[in-house]
Amino acid sequence: MGFGAVLLELNGYQGMDVINVMIIGVFQDFRSITEILLKSIPLILIGAGLCVAFRCNMWNIGAEGQLYAGAVAATLVGVSFPGLTSWIYVPLVLIAGALGGAFWGGIAGYLKVRFQASEIVTTIMLNYIALIATSWLVTGPMKDTKAAYPQSARLLREAWVPDLISGARLHIGILIAIALALVLYVYLYRSSAGYAVRVVGINPHAARYAGMNTGRNMMIAICISGGMAGLAGAFEIAGVTHRLYQNISPGYGFEGIAVALLAGNNPMYAIFSGGLFAVLRSGSELMQISSQVPQVLVSIIQGIVILSVVTFGALRFFSRRRG
Amino acid sequence: MLDFITIGFLATLVGAAWRLATPLIFTSIGEVISERAGVLNIGLEGTMLMGAFCGFAATFASGSILLGLGSGIVAGMAFGLIFAFFTITVKANQIVVGAAINLLGMGLTAFLFRTYYVSTGRGVDIAPPIAIPYLSDIPFLGEALFRQNMIVYSTILVTLLAAVLLYRTSFGLTLRAVGDHPKAVDVAGRSVAAYRYGAVLIGTGLAGLGGAFLTLGHSNQFVEGITSGRGFIALAVVVFARWSPTGAFFVSLMFGLFYALQLQLQAQPMLNIPYQVFQALPYVMTVIALVMVGGKNASPRKLGIAYDGR
Repeated sequence: MGFGAVLLELNGYQGMDVINVMIIGVFQDFRSITEILLKSIPLILIGAGLCVAFRCNMWNIGAEGQLYAGAVAATLVGVSFPGLTSWIYVPLVLIAGALGGAFWGGIAGYLKVRFQASEIVTTIMLNYIALIATSWLVTGPMKDTKAAYPQSARLLREAWVPDLISGARLHIGILIAIALALVLYVYLYRSSAGYAVRVVGINPHAARYAGMNTGRNMMIAICISGGMAGLAGAFEIAGVTHRLYQNISPGYGFEGIAVALLAGNNPMYAIFSGGLFAVLRSGSELMQISSQVPQVLVSIIQGIVILSVVTFGALRFFSRRRG
Repeated sequence: MLDFITIGFLATLVGAAWRLATPLIFTSIGEVISERAGVLNIGLEGTMLMGAFCGFAATFASGSILLGLGSGIVAGMAFGLIFAFFTITVKANQIVVGAAINLLGMGLTAFLFRTYYVSTGRGVDIAPPIAIPYLSDIPFLGEALFRQNMIVYSTILVTLLAAVLLYRTSFGLTLRAVGDHPKAVDVAGRSVAAYRYGAVLIGTGLAGLGGAFLTLGHSNQFVEGITSGRGFIALAVVVFARWSPTGAFFVSLMFGLFYALQLQLQAQPMLNIPYQVFQALPYVMTVIALVMVGGKNASPRKLGIAYDGR
């Protein structure tokens, strides 16, 4: 925050005023709080999923692409089956999204396990490919022929995720996101399957000697994180926009990395760090409206948060070893 | 349907390939040096953006291309210093810090650009092409290859210098040892940290230069995200080149060819293929290249691992 204020002052904005507007503004009324919660849904989902991948030492930088893959899959299902009731249709759309994301993540996982291709580079390349593919789909095969803009047809009414509170855009995805983050916490820290994922991440040789299948656990970890990102994409489509656009995500996939790191790669804490980043994002949007401060400031803050977290973590590690 | 493929088309393609490869050549050779010392810097994208922006800003203000290129290098090294401090001194995870550097680079350049330049809409005069006597008179090929600007030509010099530095100097020998057996260097009484700082600074300076080329030798403007993934593709180039500077030069040229092909084919109206297919080409080729070389057996042994005295 302090750094943000200094940066603003140096560039001719009223630094502290802007920060004040941002902090007070985001909590000003009920509606703005529901908007923060709405933004926290994809961040919690992606952040919690990435915790699993990072714990397994799978550096999945591709949550953005996996989100798009999930959004495309959810849209395909969401426009195709008229006559289903909501009770069946909504879960179907969400599962399609999760599978789409898991598939996109799984490609990188497979290339890593089978060919030792660095998942850092492949997931980033798959981000670009997913974005370009989405742009092709909404201008070509999936384009709504009645619309002037590149966008898909609207999802059928029965496929929409129900609102949590009538009158606000906030939908029940927030409850599912929190529940899934807790499930992943239990999985990672209270189950033998999750234990195996963590051991592979800490020491793959030891894991192999203990009879664990390292490749399989790496695949599981990246597919879980991809699936969570895909689910986030499905929620954006079925809960917020109801259509597929070229840029449905303002970078949630990259922000999720910061969410996971701030949470110390613990899915339970991703609920809180996801909420914090949602506040920052809402605040930066407000700053842009009220004082024309470019919204991109939020990624600078994210970068600084990550550096602070790793410094803190490294220092703690250092003092523990000394002591 | 394929009758647009003429000698002129191919010659233009080759010339464009070298020009489009230039930012990759600088950045990937820088990363070769950094990784040879055991430091994996995935923050190249953000570092290149800083170079691209600061190079543009300096030339915009002064009118001097050389000053712009220098500023690009210095901006890259400034980010390199941050990266080195957190990964070498604080010993934080290199991938995490690299990701933070990327966020900082993207955010800071977009913030400064929107604050100061977006409304001016003016560009800078890019480096002029220089025709090399005699060579540029070769029919077709000479015209395409030897009428580039000085930055493109300098890739050859940088490649040779990097190869000499790594394989023919005692600094290079020690630097490679730092990547493979840091303990041995430590025991021999030299500072592992100092060599790693040096390698990172050389690497990020070159990444800054690669970024500056984009705004001063290629496009005449800064655009948000102008690097469009080249910092990440450079990482793949390094793996494909098996951590060798000359290898990085030729692999970059290959990627430059993909970029050139993408641009040339997009401009062919008779090809009834969506332009997105060509857009995706460099990224798909990067994945394929990584799958082809696969294994890490040629990588420096302590790549990505902080030296803790053990």
